[in-house]
Amino acid sequence: METDWIMGLVGGLVIGLAASLYLLGNGRIMGASGIIGGLVDKSGWTSAADRIVFLFGLILAPSIYIFFFDVEANTKATTNVMILILAGLFVGIGTRLANGCTSGHGVCGISRLSVRGIISTIFYIVAGVVSVVLLRNLWGVI
Amino acid sequence: MKRLVAFCSGSLFGIGLFLSGMTDTSKVQGWLDLFGNWDPTLAFVMGGAMIPMFIAWRFTEGRKPIYAENFPSSPKSNIDRDLILGSILFGVGWGLAGLCPGPAIASLSFGGTQSALFVLAMLVGMRLTPSIKFRILNASAT
Repeated sequence: METDWIMGLVGGLVIGLAASLYLLGNGRIMGASGIIGGLVDKSGWTSAADRIVFLFGLILAPSIYIFFFDVEANTKATTNVMILILAGLFVGIGTRLANGCTSGHGVCGISRLSVRGIISTIFYIVAGVVSVVLLRNLWGVI
Repeated sequence: MKRLVAFCSGSLFGIGLFLSGMTDTSKVQGWLDLFGNWDPTLAFVMGGAMIPMFIAWRFTEGRKPIYAENFPSSPKSNIDRDLILGSILFGVGWGLAGLCPGPAIASLSFGGTQSALFVLAMLVGMRLTPSIKFRILNASAT
């Protein structure tokens, strides 16, 4: 649809505002995998409360928005249990090994012109393209 | 105050992800499907998010965060194996399900069992990563 890119841009600006607020207010990088990962492997337990309320807002806000504006919400994700588990494991291990994901390395890293952020983003995008092209178009798995 | 900032930032992040369509896996996989029916939305989201962040990084120079002692230290520029390996693994998982950590968490309230299963597997992956890192280190030492 033609309006998709406008919503993409508007949503993107809101994401950028969220990251700016986190940076200028709390002096932290708004990276989803880092915020969750620090809780899971105990490395970020000294700032556990901040992390928990961030995640609480992240889950709560879309649900309130959907409720009040009565919009349709669907992830359209695959129902294949094996693919979901495998994808979740890969994303969990990968983002913690690389120390960042789309928000940390992508949004926050590239806007800072961080070499690690730029290199990481190139690699995960290329890997993502290769996996979708192979699995969807050639093998028809996803 | 730090917690309020974290809550607001997480909430904005969640709204932004939902508005932009990034909690819709078909839009993410559509963007990665470079040679199929390509969907450009994600590029607008990334671009939109970087505009406020680019300004925010300029703003950090010579200043202190409002509610913290200092800004994140200068980005490390070392490109190591963990960064490359992790980014590739993350990219493959991202392509497989069309979910990355932020949108996966943001979709927990409406994404049903698919989001829950993906997030659970992601948390397991994150929990396992420190010991995987340790093994890679040992394997390369011997």
